[in-house]
Amino acid sequence: MSVIYVLLAISILVAVVFFAAFVLSVRKGQYDDTYTPSVRMLFEDEVVGEANGTDQIKGKNQTENSTNQ
Amino acid sequence: MMANTTCYHCGDECGNGTVHYDEKDFCCNGCKTVYEIFTSNGLSAYYEIEAKAGTTPNEITKKYDFLDNQEIVGQLVEFNEEGVQVVNLGIPTIHCSSCIWVLENLNRLHKSITASQVDFPKKTIRVTYRTADFSLKTLVLLLGSIGYEPYISLEEYNKKSHRVDRSLIYKLGVAGFAFGNVMLLSFPEYFEVEEFWLDQYKPVFRWLMFAFSLPVVFYAGQDYFTAAYKGLRTKLLNIDVPIALGILALFIRSTVDIIFDLGSGFFDSLTGLVFFLLLGKFFQQKTYAYLSFERDYKSYFPMAVTRLMQDGKEENVQVYKVDVGDRILIRSHEIIPVDCVLIKGAAQIDYSFVTGESDAVHKQSGDKLFAGGRQMAGILEVEVLKSVSQSYLTQLWGNSVFSKDRASQFQTLTDSIGKRFTAAVLTIALLATVFWLVYRPGMALNVFTSVLIIACPCAIALAAPFTLGNMLRIFGKHKFYLKNASVIERLAKIDMAIFDKTGTLTTNKKDTILYEGVELTQEETALLKTTLRASNHPLSRSLYDILKSNAIMTLDEFQEHTGKGLEGRAKEHSIKVGSAIYVGKEPSIHVADTSVYVRADEDIKGRFVFKNTYREGIDRVFETLGQHLELGILSGDNDGERHQLQELLPQKTQMLFNQKPEDKLEYIKGLQEGHNVLMVGDGLNDAGALAQSNVGIAISENINVFSPACDGILDASRMSLLPKFIHLSQKSIRVIKMSFLLSLCYNVVGVYFAVTGQLQPVIAAILMPLSSISIVVFTTVATNFLGNGLKNPKS
Repeated sequence: MSVIYVLLAISILVAVVFFAAFVLSVRKGQYDDTYTPSVRMLFEDEVVGEANGTDQIKGKNQTENSTNQ
Repeated sequence: MMANTTCYHCGDECGNGTVHYDEKDFCCNGCKTVYEIFTSNGLSAYYEIEAKAGTTPNEITKKYDFLDNQEIVGQLVEFNEEGVQVVNLGIPTIHCSSCIWVLENLNRLHKSITASQVDFPKKTIRVTYRTADFSLKTLVLLLGSIGYEPYISLEEYNKKSHRVDRSLIYKLGVAGFAFGNVMLLSFPEYFEVEEFWLDQYKPVFRWLMFAFSLPVVFYAGQDYFTAAYKGLRTKLLNIDVPIALGILALFIRSTVDIIFDLGSGFFDSLTGLVFFLLLGKFFQQKTYAYLSFERDYKSYFPMAVTRLMQDGKEENVQVYKVDVGDRILIRSHEIIPVDCVLIKGAAQIDYSFVTGESDAVHKQSGDKLFAGGRQMAGILEVEVLKSVSQSYLTQLWGNSVFSKDRASQFQTLTDSIGKRFTAAVLTIALLATVFWLVYRPGMALNVFTSVLIIACPCAIALAAPFTLGNMLRIFGKHKFYLKNASVIERLAKIDMAIFDKTGTLTTNKKDTILYEGVELTQEETALLKTTLRASNHPLSRSLYDILKSNAIMTLDEFQEHTGKGLEGRAKEHSIKVGSAIYVGKEPSIHVADTSVYVRADEDIKGRFVFKNTYREGIDRVFETLGQHLELGILSGDNDGERHQLQELLPQKTQMLFNQKPEDKLEYIKGLQEGHNVLMVGDGLNDAGALAQSNVGIAISENINVFSPACDGILDASRMSLLPKFIHLSQKSIRVIKMSFLLSLCYNVVGVYFAVTGQLQPVIAAILMPLSSISIVVFTTVATNFLGNGLKNPKS
């Protein structure tokens, strides 16, 4: 029945892994600004859209100038 | 079409100067230029994320010349090595997702910028750039050119990049982690499983729980021990004393229990208790990162000035390095950083920061100028009389009120209840122990620790953080930003409210103009208007705007005498506008009003009196406040508005005028002997009074513009809600008291189990979270219910 040691060890190991992930994320500053990333993640698509030239309003202007850059 | 067009870039009303470009309307050339920059660099999505989100750029060319000075740049940047610099700049105009988007795509505007990251709550941007063909100055000018001018003041100089305090998050994580695991490990014990194998491994489970509880007690809970120790040392029984006692009793009792195999211990309750307490702390810690409540003169003062060298060359130097006797240049709209003597130039100094008096003062060469004044037009050359820290205005900050920490002096409701609570708990514990010592000595220690455990005032300690923390958020939604939760408690105790006048009760614009005297003929009005047209003086501008005349004449002669008045001549008629002496009138004894006299040919016709415009609904604010509080006016201005104020305010209101910043501070100090004083002000001249008062609130027309050090910042548009805010603070205190009663009920039940010696770990494990959660629910629901009252202005 010493399998319970194995089970306990696994359960604690999993918990500790998550705890370490948490500590790491705090240390990297992910909890310092909890608002901006929520907005930032929505931008990605638009940037890609522009690169493909699908930007409707000023599409022509941008493709012209992006080559200049 | 002209009627209702708004600017495509900034959304402002386009007036007469509409600029058409690319089938869009712009209110000015500045906005058009930003649009051009964005569209020509592939950043036009800026206008799609949020419409009309732009900011009109200001003219800033010469202002940042000091960034050529590498020593100053070195102080500002965070990282500076191998041709790469990293700088963190505060940009007050960041306000929407478009701003984030464009600022994080700065690299499209200049290839030397490698990365930029916005912190929206703090309104800062962190830019990494290569210094080979780029510099901090070019970056600042680039940001300025697209309407995101960074705010760089003396405060930024020498600011140590203080590390963010994340300890509370770590502690919360540790406690939560331990709480969850201990709960899981206690499950077999909860159900009293008599299963053979589980019995066999009981010690393993117990010692694991013990291991998990160690970091909770010695790391996550350490603040409670230090706070309790500090309290005891100053002979103060604060709420942390019974909490620390509870944690300690829980830990020792549980450890003893498992060592001698008496039971499973209370590790689940212990970790849960600490977790909930920290959660309360975390919730209360709501801060408005982009607002600063600690500002002093440093955030208003420029970082560097232009010094004139002996050989006539200009040099940018850091303000602290300016010595007595130096010659410095003050440009238009710059703040004078030191006391000095005017050498050259026409000085129009606006001292509203210092005195609250908003009219510009005219100074001549040889006159003394004080630090804190703002030069309104033209360049000045001045000689320094005193260094920055010795100047008249900055000395105000030497006063001891600015170094006192008010929060620590104030005894919170929780602490005062905690005092009685601790006494009661200790009495009960001792009485019960004595009883059991007589009756059955073996049970005595068990009962003693049980009482300490169950009576641990977790729920009481949670009531205030959750009530006040939630109220803080509700206030914030209504544009009343408080420094911390204890301000609400202090606000509830206010019995006297003192107001500054200019900028607080009045708007910043002087646009009520009355005419007294002989009516002007049509011809005279036209001539007057034509004369005013040529002047840029603020009074001329506002007078020009209200004069009804469309005839534009050609002036044969025009003269502007700075600080005195204007003279215009057309054909045979001449007109003079300006000060009383200028037009040749005896100055009256009551020079209180701001007025402009008019003389047509040889006759003095009359005068235009400029009145302050009072904020809307200010009379109702005073009426409501007057029912409960004593009111007063404390103004740095002259008493020209006394009569108007008397009509507006309740009769018994005290009014004091011509108060210097120190006078205001002393006056508040005097009042505090019998009162809890609320000070409402706006400028640096109120800073002393705001710091001295029990609660200091700064009124701000634009919360992005900096307010002096205070306890709370109230958006000017919500001034009429002030009585409501005070009322709600008092209601919050009542909610806290009700929660205390509720948690007391739980304690009575718990203490019954403890005193009778039948406290099982499972009972403690149920009772503690239950009481905590019900307190959290009760306070949140109650405060949200109260907060709804703010939305209905009818009551």
